Amino acid sequence: MGYRYELRFGGVGGQGSLTAGTMIAEAAVFHTKYYATQVPTYTSQVRGGKAKADIIISDEPITFSETTNVDFFMTTHQSVYDAYRGDLKEGAIILVDPALVKNIPDEDRKKYKVYEYPLIYTAKHEIGNVVTMNVLAVGVCIGLTHVLDKEAVREAIKDRVPPAFLDLNMKAYDLGLEVGEKFRKEGPTKK
Amino acid sequence: MGRIAFLDANAAVAEAAVIAGCGFYAGYPITPSSEVPETLAKIMPERGVPFIMMEDEIASINACIGASASGVKAMTCTSGPGLSLKQEALGEACIMEIPLVLVDVMRGGPSTGLPTRPSQADIMQARWGTHGDHPIIAISPCNAQEAIFETIRAFNLAEKFRQPVYILTDGLLSHLHAKVYLPDPEEVEIVERAAPTVPPEEYYPFDYNYEIPPLAPWWTKDGKSYRYHMSSLNHDKTGFPTVVPPFIQWQEKRLISKIMNHIDEIEKFEYYKMDDAETCVIAYGSVAEAARVAIDEARKAGIKVGMFRPITIWPFAEKQIRDLREKVKRIIVVEMNLGQYILEVQRAVAEKIPIYGVLQAAGIPIRPIQILEKIKNPEKSVEICMTEEELKKFGGGE
Amino acid sequence: MAKVNYANYLRMEKMPLYWCPGCGDGIVLKAYIEAIDELGWDKNDCVMTSGIGCAARVTGYVDFHTLHTLHGRAIATAVGIKMCHPDKHVFVFGGDGDIAHIGGNHFLHAARRNIDITVVFIDNWNYGMTGGQHSCTTPLGVRESTAPRGSYEPPIDAASAAIGAGATFVARAFAGDELRLKRYIKEGLVHHGFSIIDVLCPCPVNFGRRNKLGDPVKLMNYLKSLCVPKEKAEKMSPEELEGKYVTGILHVDDKKIELTDSYKNLVAKAQASDEYWARYATGRLKEEDKYPITREELKGLYPYDVETPLKKWKKL
Repeated sequence: MGYRYELRFGGVGGQGSLTAGTMIAEAAVFHTKYYATQVPTYTSQVRGGKAKADIIISDEPITFSETTNVDFFMTTHQSVYDAYRGDLKEGAIILVDPALVKNIPDEDRKKYKVYEYPLIYTAKHEIGNVVTMNVLAVGVCIGLTHVLDKEAVREAIKDRVPPAFLDLNMKAYDLGLEVGEKFRKEGPTKK
Repeated sequence: MGRIAFLDANAAVAEAAVIAGCGFYAGYPITPSSEVPETLAKIMPERGVPFIMMEDEIASINACIGASASGVKAMTCTSGPGLSLKQEALGEACIMEIPLVLVDVMRGGPSTGLPTRPSQADIMQARWGTHGDHPIIAISPCNAQEAIFETIRAFNLAEKFRQPVYILTDGLLSHLHAKVYLPDPEEVEIVERAAPTVPPEEYYPFDYNYEIPPLAPWWTKDGKSYRYHMSSLNHDKTGFPTVVPPFIQWQEKRLISKIMNHIDEIEKFEYYKMDDAETCVIAYGSVAEAARVAIDEARKAGIKVGMFRPITIWPFAEKQIRDLREKVKRIIVVEMNLGQYILEVQRAVAEKIPIYGVLQAAGIPIRPIQILEKIKNPEKSVEICMTEEELKKFGGGE
Repeated sequence: MAKVNYANYLRMEKMPLYWCPGCGDGIVLKAYIEAIDELGWDKNDCVMTSGIGCAARVTGYVDFHTLHTLHGRAIATAVGIKMCHPDKHVFVFGGDGDIAHIGGNHFLHAARRNIDITVVFIDNWNYGMTGGQHSCTTPLGVRESTAPRGSYEPPIDAASAAIGAGATFVARAFAGDELRLKRYIKEGLVHHGFSIIDVLCPCPVNFGRRNKLGDPVKLMNYLKSLCVPKEKAEKMSPEELEGKYVTGILHVDDKKIELTDSYKNLVAKAQASDEYWARYATGRLKEEDKYPITREELKGLYPYDVETPLKKWKKL
C-alpha cells in the first residue's frame, strides 16, 4: 500500500471544525494528485451536538473509507476528545484548544503527541474574528504534519471563504502555518 | 468533458439527475436524504426546470407522476418512512406505466427508526411495498461515482421501460464525500421517451400492439397534442377502466413481462476476484466496499474468496446466483439488515450449497473485520464489532 | 347566446353518464363546459386531473388531457403538471371526500402557493361511490351509512378554509342555479391564481334516501333553502346564518403572486449567475471550463469492472 494519511476534525455543532476538514480534503482533491474522502458524523442536534469529519488522503483510489488508524486528530471540545480518540494510531498527533479540552489523561500524553494551542482565543483576539478558527486550525495542521503542500491548501481556502474575508483568513492561515512549523520543531506541549 | 467535484453521494445523485435531463423534482425533507433536495434547489432553477418542496411525501410523488405523465422526466427522493408513505402512488406509477426515478436513502426501521444511521432495510419494501402484482427496478450503487453513473442509467431504464426505478443508497454512502467526475449531458448515453409512431387520433396509451407502448407527451415539440386518458384503475388499451378478465390479466402479465423479457439489459453486476473463488461474498451498496477490503485481506491469507455484487437489486439476478451453485462451495450474504436479500438468494440456491449471512441492523456500518471473520469461519456467528471505548461514544454500553 | 356544442368537449363514446338519476354532477359538468366554450379555450391546452369518487369520474368524460389518479391526490398531481407547463390550463374536479378530506393537505397548500389551478369542488355531503359514508362536510346530525343516528362530527367549511389558506379566488355555488354556477366557474378559470368553486350538490340516492329527501326535486328544494346569496348574508345575523350556505364570489385577491410566475422570477435570478448549470442552460459554457479527464484518471475514481454510461469509455 502506498501513501495514506488519516485526519479527524472534531467539534461541537456550530464551531466550524468540520469545515476545517473539508478544506483539507478539497485541497487534496482539487490541487494535488492525491485521492481523498471525507465522512462527516453528526447527531440531529444542530447546535452543540458532537460532530466529526474523517478525512483520508491517499495516493491510491479509496474504496472503503472507514478510518481506523487516525494520524492526526484536532478537536475543540472535551466531549468530542473523549468520544472520538478511539481509532488513533500510536504516536498520532493531537491538536487541542486547552481552554476547551482541559482533561487529557497522562497515558494519552505518553501514547500520542499532544499539542495545545488556544485556537479560539487567537482567532478571536489576535486575528480579529472567531470564524477564522477553522482556517487557523488548518494552518496549524499543515505546518505540523506537512500532509499536503501548503500552497495547495491555500488555494482550497481561497475557493471556500467569502471574498470579503479572504485577507483575514490568509492572515489566520499564515499564523497557523507558523505555529505549526514551530510545534514541529519543538515537539509536543510539556505539562 | 465535464467537471471534477468533491461531493457526497446524495449531491452526486442530484447532479446526475440534472445531467440525465430530470425536468421536475418534488420532494419532502427527510434525513438522511437532505443533500439531494438541497443540491437540486440550487441547480434546477439554474438549468431552468421546476423544483418544488411539497407539503408531504405523498404529494411529492404524485406531483412527479403528473409531471412525468405530461412528458417530463421526474424524480423524487426520500428515506424509509417517507417511502412507506409513497407506496400507494408508486403502485399508480407501475399500473399507469409512468417513468419515474425514486431515490431512497435507506435508514433503519421500522417506524422512525434510526434517522441518521446507515441501513439497507428497504430492500423488500422497494420490492413489495406497494400492493398488487407489479415489477420493479432497483439499483444500489456502491460509491459516489457509481451513484452518478447509475442515476443516469436509472433515468434511462425508467424512460425505456415506462417504469418507476429506485436508486437505493444509505446514510453511509450519502455522507461520504469523494472526488467524482460529473460528465456533461452530451458525454453520456441518455434515453429519451419513445415517441409515438401514430398520429394523435390513432394513439392509445396502452396499445396492445406493443410490448412497451410509447407514452406520448401531451404536447410534442412539433406542435402536436396527444389527448388521452389514463386511469389508476386497471385499464384497457385506451386507458379507461375495465373489469374484463382477459384485458386485466393481459395487462398484469405484460407489466411483469416487459421487464423480465429484457432482464439482460436491466441486470448489472460486478464479479470481484471470482475466477478461482470457493467462497462467494454477496454484498451490495456501501457494504460491498467493506467486503472488498475483507476479500483482499483474506486473499493475502490464501483464502480463495471473491464477491458477486449486484448493482441491479431488482429484478433479482436469478440466473447469476443460480450459476454460483456450480462455481463456489459456499455463499456469504452481507447486508445491513436482518436478512432481506438473503431470502431471495436462499430461494435461488435452493439448498444446493450452504448460505451464511453477516446480517447487522445496529445502525453502524458492517466492518471488514466482521466479514473477514465470517470468511475464515463461516459457521461462527458474527457479533457487533465494537470495543467498550467505542460503545461509550454512543453514551451507553454500561 | 350561441348554442354550445357539448359533444365537442365530451368523449361521447363514454356516454351515458355514470351518475345516478337526480345527481347534480351532470349539471356542474354542463356549466363547466359552457364556461370553457364561452372562453373559447382550445381543448388541446386543457388538462384535468381527478382523484377517486363520483365527481372524479369527470376526467373520463371531458376530451382534454386527463388523468384519473389516486384518491385525494388530484391537486398534488395537478401541481406537478402546472409547474412543468405554466402556459396550459389545469383543472381539478373532485368531491368533498377527495378534495377536503383525504386530500385536505394538498388543497390547503395549493391554495397557499396560489398556483394557477381551478378546482371545482363538488360538495354532496358524503362519499357517494362507496355507499354514502359521512365525510368532513356532512352537517351535524345528518344520517349517512356510517352515521345511522346522524353524524356527530362538526363539518369543515371548505370555502373559508381556502380563504384562510390563501386561495385568491373562492366562490360558492349551488348546483341548482346553473347560470350563476357557470359564471363563477368562468371567473375562476380566468383568474390567474388558485381558484376554487365550492358547489353544493345533491346526492339523492345516498344522502337523500337516508334523510327523507330521496326525491330529487325535494332534495334540490331543500338545498336551495339553505343557500343565501352573499349580498343578503351581509345583512343577516350569525344566528340567522347558522346552517346556511353563503353563495357568491366570496373572495378575490389579485395582488398575491402566482406560483409559476414566482418560479420564473427565481429561474431568471438563478440563470443570471455564473454557476455551471446557469452557464450551461444559457449557452455560456466555454470549452476551457470543462475538465478533460483521462481514462486512467477516471479509472482511479471508478475502479470497477462494469460498464459506464459514458459514450467514450463505455468500458473503463
